[in-house]
Amino acid sequence: MSSVAHTSHADIAAGRLDSERLKANFADLHPPLDPHEARIEAERCYFCYDAPCQQACPTAIDIPLFIREIAAGNSLGAAKTILDSNIMGGMCARVCPTEELCEEACVREMAEGKPVKIGPLQRYAVDAQMATGRHPFTRAPASGRRIAVVGAGPAGLACAHALAVAGHAVTMFDARAKVAGLNEYGIAAYKTPDDFAAREAAFILSVGGVETKTGVALGRDVSLETLTRDYDAVFLSLGLVGVNKLGLAGEDTLQNVRDAVAFIAELRQTRDLASIPIGRRVVVIGGGMTAVDAAVQSKRLGAEQVTIAYRRGIDDMKASAYERELAQTSGVTIRPWARPMALEGHDGAVSGVLFESAGAPFRLEADVVLVAIGQTGAPSGPAMQGAKIVVDEQRRTSLPKVWAGGDCVVGGLDLTVSAVEDGKRAARSIIAALG
Amino acid sequence: MVDLRTSFVGVKSPNPFWLASAPPTDRKTNVERAFRAGWGGVVWKTLGEAGPPVVNVSGPRYGAMHGPDRRLIAFNNIELITDRDLEINLQEIKQVKREWRDRALVVSLMVPCEEDAWKKILARVEETECDGIELNFGCPHGMSERGMGSAVGQVPEYIEMVTRWCKQHTRMPVIVKLTPNISDIRRPARAAHAGGADAVSLINTINSIMGIDLDKMTLDVDIGGKGTHGGMCGPAVKPIALSMVSEIARDKETAGLPISAIGGVTTWRDAAEFIALGAGNVQVCTAAMTYGFKVVQEMISGLSQYMERKGYASIEDFRGAAIPKVTDWQYLNLNYVVKAEINQDLCIKCGRCHIACEDTSHQAIWPRVDGVRKFVVNEAECVGCNLCVLVCPVEQCITLVHKTDGVDPRTGLPYSRPPGDWTKHPNNPAVGKQAAE
Repeated sequence: MSSVAHTSHADIAAGRLDSERLKANFADLHPPLDPHEARIEAERCYFCYDAPCQQACPTAIDIPLFIREIAAGNSLGAAKTILDSNIMGGMCARVCPTEELCEEACVREMAEGKPVKIGPLQRYAVDAQMATGRHPFTRAPASGRRIAVVGAGPAGLACAHALAVAGHAVTMFDARAKVAGLNEYGIAAYKTPDDFAAREAAFILSVGGVETKTGVALGRDVSLETLTRDYDAVFLSLGLVGVNKLGLAGEDTLQNVRDAVAFIAELRQTRDLASIPIGRRVVVIGGGMTAVDAAVQSKRLGAEQVTIAYRRGIDDMKASAYERELAQTSGVTIRPWARPMALEGHDGAVSGVLFESAGAPFRLEADVVLVAIGQTGAPSGPAMQGAKIVVDEQRRTSLPKVWAGGDCVVGGLDLTVSAVEDGKRAARSIIAALG
Repeated sequence: MVDLRTSFVGVKSPNPFWLASAPPTDRKTNVERAFRAGWGGVVWKTLGEAGPPVVNVSGPRYGAMHGPDRRLIAFNNIELITDRDLEINLQEIKQVKREWRDRALVVSLMVPCEEDAWKKILARVEETECDGIELNFGCPHGMSERGMGSAVGQVPEYIEMVTRWCKQHTRMPVIVKLTPNISDIRRPARAAHAGGADAVSLINTINSIMGIDLDKMTLDVDIGGKGTHGGMCGPAVKPIALSMVSEIARDKETAGLPISAIGGVTTWRDAAEFIALGAGNVQVCTAAMTYGFKVVQEMISGLSQYMERKGYASIEDFRGAAIPKVTDWQYLNLNYVVKAEINQDLCIKCGRCHIACEDTSHQAIWPRVDGVRKFVVNEAECVGCNLCVLVCPVEQCITLVHKTDGVDPRTGLPYSRPPGDWTKHPNNPAVGKQAAE
């Protein structure tokens, strides 16, 4: 957009694209299947014995069964099958790296390189359930037990739901203004349009039995000691509260060097995409899903040149092959083997990044630098390993009455689906422990 | 070069593909379009006696069963015989035959079971110079309630009687079309033969209800709140038709009686299969009603290619070649042993063979080898039933291997034994009785 005036060295402007274009750029990445498409795709499923797809699913959804239910015109039965194993089946259908999980394991992938579209089928079924406005679960009689869930992201919501279904009374705290955690604040907008994260959270909570308290942060507004005293059990699903730093001079002082997580959160919460300031040349440093989400959204907001610079090789990137392809087809350049050496500035604002690649330096001009080199946790209390909480198979921490799960614990895949599994397992353990 | 020409009961046709008596052959425009597309012959939609025209429903008259991709697996109808004026039909038949001398044109007939009614219509039809007549003793809906169609076809004595009248009152070849809605197809075929029929054609449609609308609690084919059974045809009926054709072809009384085969012919292969069981030609309807007349071009080309590949110069070169291979169960060789074998290079590890065998057959496929997902046949349990082959989604991945060397671990008997069937088997009580007598 050459019409944007240069008022300073850094070329940053909001509204680089008109609203029609923005609307198209941030529309649903994959349009939903229509009933005919769903039925045809469902019929491709072989209903495998001891199905590899189910084994590959962190939440062990009975995929062959739900697909057969779709094929037989029973979408609500399919949704129940999905939600029995994964209450966040709707979001997982949208954001799961299925190409590395169920769809990679699909025998059709082995047979012909074209797996059954498990993700879209799952979305089809859960969407059908949510469209009814009804919740497919009913609560057991009230147990009189009270449980605190700290953090209302995928792990927290999954845990709270399972506990509520079992008849327990749950109080769910979250530091942010809205529930759903990274689903609401941390995932690219085009993966979850139409306010889906909030709608799904409302659907999950509509089973009842969960009181939500937002704007309450652990350590600031409430302590773990108080919670363990006041509740029969506590589940910590704090997510990652900090971001890793480049460790380069100017990182905290130069303008327009931002952490990508904050950029995505701002973008997700805006009512008007045209109001988000966006650089003409954007450099994203990192190689995970957040790097791709930040880069692709920058491009879709109208940035001219967007580069993902990653210090190691393409195959080392945590972003899946599908995500990398999405970045590339969206016009983002991926520069592997680019180790950031220095941030360059002009008039107090960033103007470029100096990299080293195979012993040789190179530089990229930048109006904005987004840092996406990982997030970190910082709770205190239970035993930690690095910045993460240590848990056992049942997601018990070292403290009595305290369970934990999601991104804040050691191990796991840092995926929505694995956070849901953590919440589910912790709930099972808590229910057993409370008798 | 292969020669697809046929002479069926003396009726010449450039290829063995005829359109069956049905909606596609209801009028001149359609029949001429069919001939232009390449059809070798048609059986004109059934004519009834002169008088007030037949009345069809104005609600839906067709129903279907679909595969998941909306591919039509079976079709049914409750249409009656032609509802066009007899005189117009006769006129058009005459015109078409004059203009298409090289094509077969047979006229289907159905009038009440009275000799005079048949005599009258035969005279009129003869004037058209058509090549022959087909007696509709098969239509299972509507007309059967009025004592015609399958109501005649279900009573061998009536078949014989009406066939005899027709043979008496016309010089035209008489083909008798049989209904499958009976318990033993050989009896109506024998009756037709006894009445002097030149040929039989089969099968007509099968009594069927295609589905129930579970919201309205009506039949799928709902005519203002009520429905009735129709006649089913299409790909799904082919196995039934093949069996019935084979029964007539190998029955002592009817062996050699010309057969015009009908029932789910959709591609050249279906036609070739019927010919292998002795059919002199085939009649097609559903494939044309689904895709239009052009389908005959695939049939002609496919059959030609097949015959060329096999070195068959004419239909007669392979007609009936499979009949001797059809027998009764009691004559099957019980000492022929096959075992399933899974090609591990082709296997995609879906496990359907395992679970089908494990749950419903002989527990003869292991799902794991040394803890790794791998599907292997346990010869000691495998009875060679073919279930795994049929449920495997990969063609040629599982095959049945004829065993000739060594000992069958399932039975402890050598694989190679002289042929032996039930009639001589020691467990057969009849064999013991014979020995005792």
